[in-house]
Amino acid sequence: MSAPHAIGVETLHMTKRFGDFTALDEVSIRIAPGSFHALLGENGAGKSTLVKCMMGFYQPTAGQMLIDGREAEIRNPRDAHAAGLGMVYQHFTLVPSLTAAENLVIAREDAPAVIDWKKEREGLQAFVETMPFRVALDQPVNRLSAGEKQKLELLKQLYLGRHFLILDEPTSVLTPSEADELLGMVRGLTSAGALTCLMITHKFREVTAFADAVSVLRRGAHVGGGRVGELTHDDMAAMMIGDKTLTRSAARAGEKGDVVLSLEGISAADRSGLKTIDVDSLHVAAGEVVGIAGVSGNGQMELMEVLTGQRPVSRGSVSVKSVTFRGTRRQARELKVRFLPEEPLQNACAGRMSVAENLSFRSYDLNGKGTRFWLDRAAMGRLAVRLVDAFKVKTASIESPIASLSGGNVQRAVLARELSDEVDLLIIANPCFGLDFSAVAEIRARIMAARNAGAAVLLISEDLDEILELSDRVLVMSEGRIAYETSIETLDVGELGRHMAGHA
Amino acid sequence: MTLTSSLNAGPAPVAPAAGRGRSAGALDRRIEAFALPLGALVAGLAVFALFLMMVGKSPAEFYGLVFKAGFGTAFSWENTLARASPLLLAALCVAIPARLGLVVIGGEGAIVLGGVAAGAFGMYLTGLGSSMGILGMAVSAICVGGVWIGLVGALRYRRGVNETISSLLLAYIAIALMNHFVEGPLRDPASLNKPSTAPLEDAYRIGAMPGLDVHGGLAVGILACVFSWILIERTAWGFSARIVGGNIRAAQIQGLPVGWLMTGFCALAGGFAGLAGMLEVAAVHGSANGSLAGGYGYTGILIAFLARHNMLAIIPVAVLLAGFEASSGLIQRRMDLPDATILVLQGIVFISILISETFTGRLGLSTLWRKTS
Repeated sequence: MSAPHAIGVETLHMTKRFGDFTALDEVSIRIAPGSFHALLGENGAGKSTLVKCMMGFYQPTAGQMLIDGREAEIRNPRDAHAAGLGMVYQHFTLVPSLTAAENLVIAREDAPAVIDWKKEREGLQAFVETMPFRVALDQPVNRLSAGEKQKLELLKQLYLGRHFLILDEPTSVLTPSEADELLGMVRGLTSAGALTCLMITHKFREVTAFADAVSVLRRGAHVGGGRVGELTHDDMAAMMIGDKTLTRSAARAGEKGDVVLSLEGISAADRSGLKTIDVDSLHVAAGEVVGIAGVSGNGQMELMEVLTGQRPVSRGSVSVKSVTFRGTRRQARELKVRFLPEEPLQNACAGRMSVAENLSFRSYDLNGKGTRFWLDRAAMGRLAVRLVDAFKVKTASIESPIASLSGGNVQRAVLARELSDEVDLLIIANPCFGLDFSAVAEIRARIMAARNAGAAVLLISEDLDEILELSDRVLVMSEGRIAYETSIETLDVGELGRHMAGHA
Repeated sequence: MTLTSSLNAGPAPVAPAAGRGRSAGALDRRIEAFALPLGALVAGLAVFALFLMMVGKSPAEFYGLVFKAGFGTAFSWENTLARASPLLLAALCVAIPARLGLVVIGGEGAIVLGGVAAGAFGMYLTGLGSSMGILGMAVSAICVGGVWIGLVGALRYRRGVNETISSLLLAYIAIALMNHFVEGPLRDPASLNKPSTAPLEDAYRIGAMPGLDVHGGLAVGILACVFSWILIERTAWGFSARIVGGNIRAAQIQGLPVGWLMTGFCALAGGFAGLAGMLEVAAVHGSANGSLAGGYGYTGILIAFLARHNMLAIIPVAVLLAGFEASSGLIQRRMDLPDATILVLQGIVFISILISETFTGRLGLSTLWRKTS
């Protein structure tokens, strides 16, 4: 298999470009053998790209990688495995219906066609004896808790002879005590010199408690790092977020008006059904942008679904202009509520329907103030031509399926549909995710224009720059709760970063 | 101010680029809508020809006989058209839910229960006169069929039950219910060999259309297709349904009543299937019996997919498939092939239709066409 000791890995000027976009810019990081190294960075900072290059999922555009001081060529994940590199993902890669022992054996690349289970079990037993922790080998994986599953993932990597492990947010699905136990084990293995570990994380607490060293990426570049004992949380937050200046893209105008959206005592189940999302109180007034910042997966998506009426609440209510809002078409029209969900092609468009049809989703059943029964296809065509023109949507034709448009143009089309009339409440999630620079500026300007025209805007975004650029007030969502609130004038970026990292 | 009022305020500027592109994009999609199912049909027939050669029969003779028996003479045309009428309605029962993204394959269940409802109505409520009697039978069949398939839509939305499986299983339950009724509570004691409901009185029977030896069900079927096409393509309700079919999350964000749309359109689809059962009873068999489970619901699946769930395309496709079915007797006699041979042919065509769906949007037909012309 591979060397029976911890492996050191070093990247030299590693660069990865996707088209014009530089995801990774000359990153050089040295991870010493037997160390527990943390990799910090915001969403989109290039952490995943870096580890995917190390694991051979991507080929770097330039740069090299050294394994134990020797240049190594990793063309695919198989090469990485052969060199002793392994990865534990955020989500489980175990077969739920098989036992832990079966999962371990079938993961082996040299697993025989006919498995001699007696022999394998003896081998496994001998292997587990050498490990500092136990996992129930005979239990089907679906009976294990999340913490046990993650331990088994770790055990699997060790069993497969990997001595350099990349952990990608390994604790995001674990409770704090499970997380501590798992990371304590990793810490023990690295201290004993059996393993080197590179952990992607957002949580400063885990870095301080368990890691030896830290590297920080920002916008694809390696911006700093060092030994954990020598860095404070403020230092790390500053490196992660950078010296952001509060750039205001568009001039702000208008006065803050009455409260438009209010949430009181909302409680709903999260995606996994294991945790809850609790928002005690959230108000958005006319003429202000309230930004909800946070690391992805802290309940923002569920909050959006509660607002659109897609997710049932167990308690509490959403009201718009003092009316209980249920997300029906009629209410949305009368109260002038618009939604811009993230990934508009998946959430706000019908990909195989034409651009013209998609542009008319909000108005096809309207005739003046009333509703209509017969479609007016000529009017739908005229509307499409007008909106495509006004919002500069690049499309071969208004009859093209909307799925054939680029991401920026799909977002422009959705904005055209939702912002082309008077808007009183605009609820937006990650509007610029994956878009190029010019599209981003334009879309943010449109959001700002809606605010200046008197709309109440709730902006849920994982992009802190976007939040800082657009918001009048900033809230941080963490573990399904609003953990922090500040106005933009008194905002302290370091403080914000610490709340986002789950450490107040 | 609403959008539509602002739109009518003046002549809209039509960008020349958009105007030109409009025809090319639309052309691509239109060519594809014909070329894909047609290609699949031809490929299916070709594969079936290989199958015939394997069993030592002549494909030329086979297809010649199919043409002769299905479309060769005025008599064969009438036979084919009479068979097409329940197929039109059965195909709608697949095509309408399909436009909402639901694959409902249990139309057979709504057909047999619709037939039983019509038979029971005719048995117990006699002497209403021809128009009231036929209307009553039709309404009761539509209601029963509508509830049956509406249930499939409601189960899907409210409880997440897979509509394909639930509709198929409900079809088996429906057939068992039909057998229970015609062999038990509704059985006419005079029906000895084939348990049936009591024969309908003459006033309740549907006769041939004027000038054509085809019963009036054909006109009903064609009208139902045209009605459905207008509903889906030209009304706001139909557009709402298409948004649900296009992307259910987008429909929810737009605040559409997704559950009602699913239930309502499924009920409409089931109503048409129920009507097919009523027509079989009132125009063909004269009473409800086991012949109702004649597989129309399953042939309807094939027709709807061949027509790519376009309600108007269902009309010619249903006639074509009815012609195939009409020929099975002649094939059996002349070529010494079992009458299930036509089922093999239908199965092969269906598989090739499903394969052809994967080529959607990947043919680049109009570019090809522009290059060659």
